[in-house]
Amino acid sequence: MFYREAGQFKSSYKEDQAVFPILQDRVGVGLMLLVAFIGIPLLTSEYFISAIMTPFLILALAAIGLNILTGYAGQISLGTGGFMAVGAFAAYKFATFSIAIGGAETTIPLVVTILLAGVVAALVGVMFGIPSLRIKGFYLAVATLAAQFFIEWVLVKFGWFTNYSPSGIITAPPLEVMGYLFDSPGEKYIFTLSFVAVMALAAKNLVRSHIGRGWMAIRDMDIAAEIIGFRPLHTKLSAFAVSSFFCGVAGALWAFVHLGTVEPEAFGINRSFAILFMVIIGGMGSIIGSFIGAAFITLLPIFLSNVPPMIGWDIGVDMISHMEFMIFGALIIFFLIVEPHGLARLWSIGKEKLRSWPFPY
Amino acid sequence: MEDIIFELQFFLEVLISGLLTGSLYSLVALGFVLIFKASGVFNFAQGAMMLFAALSLVGFQELLGVHWTVAFVMAIAVMVLLAWCVEKFVLGKLVNQEPIILFMATIGITFFLDGFGQTLWGSDIKVMDVGLPTGSFDMGGIFIDKLELVAGFTAGALVLALALFFNKTKIGRALRAVADDHQAALSVGISLRTIWIIVWSVAGLVGLVAGIMWGSKLGVQFSLTLLALKALPVLILGGFTSIPGAIVGGLIIGSGEKLAEIYIGPFVGGAIENWFAYMLAMVFLLFRPQGLFGEKIIERV
Amino acid sequence: MSLRKFVLGALGVAVLAAPFAVSAPALAEESLYLPKLVYRTGPFAPGGIPTANGAVDYWAMINERDGGVGGAKVIVEECEFGYNTDRGVECYERTKKKHGGALVYQPYSTGVTYALADRTRKDKIPLLTMGYGRSDAGIGSAFPYVFPMALNYWGQSTGIMKYMASQEGGIEKMKGKTIALVYLDIAYGKESLPIFRTMSEKFDFKLKEYPVTFPGIEQKATWLQIRRAKPDYIVMWGWGVMNQSAIKEAANIRFPIDHFIGNWWSGAEQDTVPAGKAAIGYKSATFSAAGTDFPVIQDILTHVYGKGKGKGKENVGQVLYNRAVVTQVFIHHAILNAQKEFGVKSVSSEQLRWGLENVNMTDATAASLGMKGLGPNLKISCNDHIGGGGVFIQQWDGKKWNIVSEYIKPMNDLVIPAMEKSAAKYLKEKGVSAVSCS
Repeated sequence: MFYREAGQFKSSYKEDQAVFPILQDRVGVGLMLLVAFIGIPLLTSEYFISAIMTPFLILALAAIGLNILTGYAGQISLGTGGFMAVGAFAAYKFATFSIAIGGAETTIPLVVTILLAGVVAALVGVMFGIPSLRIKGFYLAVATLAAQFFIEWVLVKFGWFTNYSPSGIITAPPLEVMGYLFDSPGEKYIFTLSFVAVMALAAKNLVRSHIGRGWMAIRDMDIAAEIIGFRPLHTKLSAFAVSSFFCGVAGALWAFVHLGTVEPEAFGINRSFAILFMVIIGGMGSIIGSFIGAAFITLLPIFLSNVPPMIGWDIGVDMISHMEFMIFGALIIFFLIVEPHGLARLWSIGKEKLRSWPFPY
Repeated sequence: MEDIIFELQFFLEVLISGLLTGSLYSLVALGFVLIFKASGVFNFAQGAMMLFAALSLVGFQELLGVHWTVAFVMAIAVMVLLAWCVEKFVLGKLVNQEPIILFMATIGITFFLDGFGQTLWGSDIKVMDVGLPTGSFDMGGIFIDKLELVAGFTAGALVLALALFFNKTKIGRALRAVADDHQAALSVGISLRTIWIIVWSVAGLVGLVAGIMWGSKLGVQFSLTLLALKALPVLILGGFTSIPGAIVGGLIIGSGEKLAEIYIGPFVGGAIENWFAYMLAMVFLLFRPQGLFGEKIIERV
Repeated sequence: MSLRKFVLGALGVAVLAAPFAVSAPALAEESLYLPKLVYRTGPFAPGGIPTANGAVDYWAMINERDGGVGGAKVIVEECEFGYNTDRGVECYERTKKKHGGALVYQPYSTGVTYALADRTRKDKIPLLTMGYGRSDAGIGSAFPYVFPMALNYWGQSTGIMKYMASQEGGIEKMKGKTIALVYLDIAYGKESLPIFRTMSEKFDFKLKEYPVTFPGIEQKATWLQIRRAKPDYIVMWGWGVMNQSAIKEAANIRFPIDHFIGNWWSGAEQDTVPAGKAAIGYKSATFSAAGTDFPVIQDILTHVYGKGKGKGKENVGQVLYNRAVVTQVFIHHAILNAQKEFGVKSVSSEQLRWGLENVNMTDATAASLGMKGLGPNLKISCNDHIGGGGVFIQQWDGKKWNIVSEYIKPMNDLVIPAMEKSAAKYLKEKGVSAVSCS
């Protein structure tokens, strides 16, 4: 009843091929954007915006990146943290480029800096994607850990990347776009959200294009894809490039918007694992799934650790943390058992229900 | 001339300690192999199982004041119980799912075990004392870590025992049948449930042994779970499905990373061990995508 | 299906609702709110537990004995972050506005310290990083809200250097000696590098650097190299599991253990006890004493543990426990300063910053706070957020840590210019200007 496309006729190919062909989807996405851009900054607390929403959005962006690679192109990667680190440090180098060469006044605009950082990450991603032409499955997953550890090591080891900071940390410049300073948590949130919204739409568009279909063909059966004319080299490496671009931008945002001062450790191996979990739990091959997965992995533990104090249950923070781990683990297993295809699948089941409500057949 | 002798001796020492350290990695990797071989599950929880087993052993020792052999038996019982629970509540419900889903489920197990182990036994560091020797002995100017020597022998014995178990016993044959083809095994009357419980129990036992070795070395603490990362390159090098592969992989990775750290490290700033192990494994993979001893992957359209 | 949907829906609503509920109403009573970021779980829990217990027990004792500080009750709230930077930031944001605003943060984690540097500056909450964090943050005009009191890593390095020199009988005797620096290869460990390089040039000793990959579980290769290099001294910048492992490896290569000196995060019971006999004779730096023979520790035993409360009796008197107590005593002192200056009981975080900038810990003040001989005497000012501390060297005898050196002052002629240079670079990249201290 709420979600029925009956009566929505397409009279041109263009309409038929729109990103959101159904009216309700368009309204839904519009509403979500409205809530995200206006509702949340106006209605919620600073804590919610700066400690929950901002990191959630950035990690969701990284999860979209990995989902392109793992969910759409079928290449499991555990190097996400490394590619995020490349993005963060490249952004830092671009941002301080004028200071480093002698303090010229001109700087690269911030948005360009972040996008360039994504491009650098994409190049590095392509480099580490080459082994995927030969190695598959879990073997590839473990091989991408080489990228993770190598990148971390390079960033720690060579002072050039941090402008010779003694402890190997980088400090983000102020977030200024066209003379406007994004300073308060709300402004930073809007800044992040704009990036994430645009890039998520871009990803949504990309995966249904010729390139995206190529990725999916490779994922489903690479030999067959090769036979029908998708070149594995181009297809796999383009997936690595696009994926790493997203991760790189996410990394730059993480450093510049969320933390401000970071060490390479912030993009360690745990980050890579966490993002892979987001993709699997959220749903492989689904953009909305990346958001749901990121919400599950980042918000649920915080929620769990907030519950006992809220209901006045004093069992000590260590006990709360242990409970958090146990319940979190149990919930992962629970959701896998009820819905092995990820939470995004629940989303589409929900849509199906809404369509036939109140007279299911 | 003396320099050359010293350098040769030093090289030998590096090689030997690398091989011994490698056998310690193999112990961790073995657990992964066992489970992957019999159920096709990449068991992310192996590190957590190792910690949990070691914690249980030390915990029983402290709690009940029993001799370590008694605690050892009790810890085995705990691991068997754990294997039963894993089959009952997790794997049994996920039969016929894709490998990546099963992998994710083991991550759930990891989180659960991390929390559960710390709830039971606390997060503080515990001293593991099962009478293993410490220190090193001097063999013509080469120092050899006694503990690692014991670990090396244990790893060897374990592999031998497992190889016999897999090849000579009836259960072992059933295990191999399941590994080859679940459905075919079912159709000839092998119970998948029993086999999975056995395999997870054996992996738990291997985890316990690895936990004892590493626990004696570092004390039993949460950081032991991080050892799983050291075992992964061993695993891909040796192949996910080969028990001897885990040993050979461990030896190659162990000696390779030590030699690299000492002879290449100083020129590039050091601390290259971590990524070098993975790079080494990756280079091997480029030539043999299924690992050194892995089964050949045959693909059909 | 409907049940599943219900569970999901309920979960979703609850997740969304949770953050709204966290801002607790301000208490009518006069109070001082001290949130404490702790890590009682995870890989660094062995070090995190005693530091957390020390802080919590101290304020429990103050509330019990004096009914608070200057008539205002102290509210301590722990927030567990498991040494995970993301969760540390979340903890900070969660707690900073509760109970009328957090007064000061002390994360005991380098990663969180970096991540909070910007935020605390903006929220005007002091960040007290006693003995850790950025080495350049001692320049108060560049980092007005960061207080790396006692001594930073660079000062500590020079202190350890002076100790080694005194063992050899003078700094000129260090010429031609070899010192191996074993450090954890992350930002924390690298903090020690530049100053050791400078000293190596100045005093003409050979410096060998040995990075250990994080988290330092397996260090065989490092110690084989050290065996070949045969250094005269080993200095270690380690944390967590790396320390025990290193001490054992040092014993394995039969290095004279009393020439092996850790920094002050590498010298606690948690590092030496698991290493067993191998650790006897091992030395480390410290700025606080271990043991229970101090009035403030005794008061904790009577007023907290005597009444059946307290977090962990086995930790009382341990190095890390006492160090956490020392930090709390300084906060206590700063609160008293602020209360006196501003004439209010519930001081604000900015007033506490003033209090911290006017810390003047003398023997008399230390005695009045019950910590004479436990911690350093410091005098903080707007410009100098370090306060002129020094280091002791302590040695492990198999049962307890004993202080075996004089109080060693750092080589400020080397340390301060380096700090100023680094702080200037920070200001430039960050695009902020220094605050005025006059």
